[in-house]
Amino acid sequence: MKKNIVSLVIKWAILVVVLVAIYMPLALIVVYSFSGARNVGEDFGSFTFSLYTNLLSDEKLLKATANTLIIGLVSALLATILGTTAAIGIHYMTSRKRKAVDAASQITVVNAEIVTAMGFFLLMLTLRDTISLPFDFGLVWLIIAHTVITTPYVILTVSPRLKQLNPNLLEASMDLGAGPMRSLITVMIPQLLGSMISAFALAFTLSLDDFVVANANRVGRSEAIDTISTYVYEGIKLKLNSDIRALSTIIFVAVLAVLIVVNVVKNNKAKKNSQHQ
Amino acid sequence: MKKNKVFRPTAFAFPYLAVTLVFVIVPLILVMIYAFRGEDGGFSFENFVHVFSEEAYRTALLRTIGIAFLATAVCLLIAYPVAYILSQAPFNKWAILALLFVVPMWMNFMLRILALNNLLSMLDIPKGLLASVIGLVYDFFPYMLLPIYTVLSNMDKSYLEASRDLGASDFKTFWRVTFPLSIPGIISGISMVFMPIFSSYAVTDMLGTMSTSIIGSKIAVLFTDPITYGDGAALSFVLLLIVLVTMFIGSLISRRSAKPLKGGSKV
Repeated sequence: MKKNIVSLVIKWAILVVVLVAIYMPLALIVVYSFSGARNVGEDFGSFTFSLYTNLLSDEKLLKATANTLIIGLVSALLATILGTTAAIGIHYMTSRKRKAVDAASQITVVNAEIVTAMGFFLLMLTLRDTISLPFDFGLVWLIIAHTVITTPYVILTVSPRLKQLNPNLLEASMDLGAGPMRSLITVMIPQLLGSMISAFALAFTLSLDDFVVANANRVGRSEAIDTISTYVYEGIKLKLNSDIRALSTIIFVAVLAVLIVVNVVKNNKAKKNSQHQ
Repeated sequence: MKKNKVFRPTAFAFPYLAVTLVFVIVPLILVMIYAFRGEDGGFSFENFVHVFSEEAYRTALLRTIGIAFLATAVCLLIAYPVAYILSQAPFNKWAILALLFVVPMWMNFMLRILALNNLLSMLDIPKGLLASVIGLVYDFFPYMLLPIYTVLSNMDKSYLEASRDLGASDFKTFWRVTFPLSIPGIISGISMVFMPIFSSYAVTDMLGTMSTSIIGSKIAVLFTDPITYGDGAALSFVLLLIVLVTMFIGSLISRRSAKPLKGGSKV
């Protein structure tokens, strides 16, 4: 009995130490987002919202944040559409074809990001040289790149749900005279909606997290497109403004809030389901 | 009616296939073309010879492999015990507890590394190898934890009961039953950490010095100057080969680890 208590204490200790290590850096940023101190750990001074108000006038950082959100939302939406239709198509393929397509879709997932980024870069150069593009499409190019990179994850998220559906549904709908688009929108999508939302969220966070592709995309442009990642990377060399702490805090709180809401909704659903049974 | 018969459901995948061809296959072919193109425009190994005769690239490549090994090992050493504890009673009662360990994963990684950078400089830990490895472990920890935790918590507990009923000690039960069954989780954890480290030069650049600069950083720099595109493509091609080799080894190990149990069930 005594041995059990000792092992329980040791287990708690391990978990707490790791949790403290994980949250310590973030907690410091959150606390010091209310201080005017130049660096974390210096004299705290008095409690102030000045970093948050500074943030509103930091045009470069706001622009980078807006870019990050636009790229994330648009590319996640495109990836969800492209990935869902792809998953449906792959679902009806013969197993040999399906294996070939699955392998192709795994390329960007397993490949080193830097190689993918450089491939995109060389493709952009080739396109620019062969068909002279009418405008400098930095933002559009990043949206395309993120769509291509996140679509395989959408397929991976939607496919399992597709396997649970009745395979004859689509055919029945088309036999009854609905066109392919109508069958897709009125028959398939309503049933896949839950997994499509998860896929969208996954694609969005993957896009937010990207640095390597966005950084490669800055090369050789008259006006480089900055995202939060490239802004911080560039800024750390030139001494970053401390208002980045305010932005970090806002993002961290937003992430936390979304995760809590998602979990509460999930738990409620699970409870409802168990009541029905 | 006839029109519908002509349309096959597989056609829904065509837009994606077209996109994959143009934006995935073609770029890889371009990387190879640039890698194997000599100064005269013909096929040659010039770029590879050039890259491998340069001491800086050789050491960067070896250093990257070393740092990736080290950071992956540290990740595993921390993540495995945590995943093991979380999957056991009484800790598996609270799903929120496991969630707490991966929440930061959803936040932008650059902001996390920036936060860590602040803490490290507050603790007077200088930029260098130690700080870089801490940064990589901090960044990749959730990706190691999740697959191991998933495998351990979905494990059929009757195996453990059987092992204990047959008289095995706790340690022996872990070593002969739990650990072998968790190898697929370990493999997928390693594959989600080891190769991605090759590209995460942002971490080693921010927390390290020139002497911890990894191969991803070198490649990114080579692609900023048209004269060195060929060298950059050659190094990219080398990374591509490393990806293929590690995937092959990974699938070999997971196939092997799956065998004993199948064989055992026959006896």
